[in-house]
Amino acid sequence: MAVVWRTKHLTMNGWPFEGLRRFFKPRMLRRRRLNIWLGGLLLVAICLTAAASWWGLALEPNAMNIRERLVPPSRGHWLGTDHFGRDIFARIAYGSRIALKVGAGSTLLAALLGAMLGAWAGYKGGWWDEVIMRFIDGLMAFPGILLAIMLVTVMGPGTANTIIAIGIANVPVFARITRGVFLTGRNALYVEAAHALGARTWDIILYHILPNGIGPIIVQAAVTFSAAILTEASLSYLGLGIQPPDASWGRMLKEAQPQMGRAPWSVLAPGTAIFLTVLALNLLGDGIRDRLDPETH
Amino acid sequence: MVPLQYLWRRIVALVVTLLIACTITFAVFNIIPGDPAMLMLGTEADPEVMVNLRQQLGLDLPLHVQYFRWLWGAAAGDLGTSVRLGRPVAGLIWERLPVTASLAVLAMALTLMVGVPAGAYGATHRGRASDYLVSILTQAGLAIPHFWLGILLILLFSLRWQLLPPGGFVPWAKNPWQAFLSLLLPAAALASHRVALVARITRTAMLDALSKDYIRTAKSKGVSHRMLIYKHALKNSLIPVVTVAGMQFAGLLAGSIVAEEVFALPGLGRLLLQAIGYRDLPLVQGIALFIALAVVIINFLTDILYLLLDPRVRYD
Repeated sequence: MAVVWRTKHLTMNGWPFEGLRRFFKPRMLRRRRLNIWLGGLLLVAICLTAAASWWGLALEPNAMNIRERLVPPSRGHWLGTDHFGRDIFARIAYGSRIALKVGAGSTLLAALLGAMLGAWAGYKGGWWDEVIMRFIDGLMAFPGILLAIMLVTVMGPGTANTIIAIGIANVPVFARITRGVFLTGRNALYVEAAHALGARTWDIILYHILPNGIGPIIVQAAVTFSAAILTEASLSYLGLGIQPPDASWGRMLKEAQPQMGRAPWSVLAPGTAIFLTVLALNLLGDGIRDRLDPETH
Repeated sequence: MVPLQYLWRRIVALVVTLLIACTITFAVFNIIPGDPAMLMLGTEADPEVMVNLRQQLGLDLPLHVQYFRWLWGAAAGDLGTSVRLGRPVAGLIWERLPVTASLAVLAMALTLMVGVPAGAYGATHRGRASDYLVSILTQAGLAIPHFWLGILLILLFSLRWQLLPPGGFVPWAKNPWQAFLSLLLPAAALASHRVALVARITRTAMLDALSKDYIRTAKSKGVSHRMLIYKHALKNSLIPVVTVAGMQFAGLLAGSIVAEEVFALPGLGRLLLQAIGYRDLPLVQGIALFIALAVVIINFLTDILYLLLDPRVRYD
């Protein structure tokens, strides 16, 4: 093995091989930084697409044109058109707004609710801890998508309800993480000191203990963000999430499926959009986790 | 062996969790909507029909009476009656369960058959291009939405190459081979995420195991490379894999809701969606409860299996 490498080294010396090999040699790749860079760049690109839709730079996402149905990708329609003649790129751009909104909204809701429950359970301990955590265990019995489906069934579909449903479905994991932080934190000396100085319970929770556990919560937020986007796409695909005429990536897939034999681009585009967004967030999450916790890989 | 006292404590916790899951299900479908009958019939329904439905479902009784009646029924295996189909919910679930269960089992088998070797390969070829390739595929597998992968698989294998059916299901009793073929694509789509997850965990666990002293000892004793990898390292790194696999099995039941819709499979997920479409709340409630209970019980069994596999676990 060593010999082979040696000969390679000798034959492929100097520019540009040296640099190329260094770049492509996995060990040389700074994996952590690459994760953050790749994920960050992708996410910026997605946000720009969303912004284009926001500022009206893309075509109108709901404008139908019966004469231009199922047009393949072309200069006029970058990603082609769907069965109503709507421009797919415009719908993807609009869908990215929805995806980011639902992802951010439900992650925020889950993190706030979960952290509050977890902090209270961990800090108070005893009876409080028992009741809150048993409830969280019960919630965990429902896989995220199932709980979201149940909530949307009784609350009705739509953007706001989708955010609430996905948010609640993700509360347990935040509650568990935060509780762990507070179980160890509540006995620390600085907490005792704050207590002795007369700090109120919520002040201790918010300003003294929580900052110590913010790392794992941020990492979890990145994971939840991408999972929430996947869940929204699934819900909308099932017809339970975002409602027409609003464009959502999942709904676009559902509507394109019957014509996918004739117009494969109409299923390729929304799926790729979901894939790239989730990939970007996963990469960022991995990168942040490695940064915060260099021990684990 | 698992100490009895510990097992007993776990069983009590299991029962408590089951009870809470029941309560959450009841609360979601009977308290949040305000009036379930209104939710089912719409706001402009005939008042007489509404009164009849309320009586039929026992909605005119006080909430706690409804709850205990429903809980008692569920404990005896009676999940109520479907409003739309007029048949017991439990029977309907039982009818559709084989499709969903076989889909989940097949997806799990694919997950382990692909995920474990891929992870082990990555670990034994650490730092090489092939390891890097495995990592890239893993990232991709974690990010790809399984219903989209399903659509792509239909596009390629069914529409373009016409190798496998694009959807639908042939019962096992009728033609086992056809049944298997109709489940193959949905199982592959459903497995994609889990394959990636299992590969990642296997790789990490295996790298951890390979760095241990006993591996060095075995190596210095002259144990062959093959034995070293498969017998010593892989066996020890399978323990975390089992835990994750158990948890994922529960997730597969939920994931199949979407996969069944993509491939038009007549399973539990499809039944759930039809029930939602018809606003058949007793049926929706019954299926949701069934899946939640299955998840809790599978997780419990995984925990026990984990204890049996790993004698080092402390019981506290």
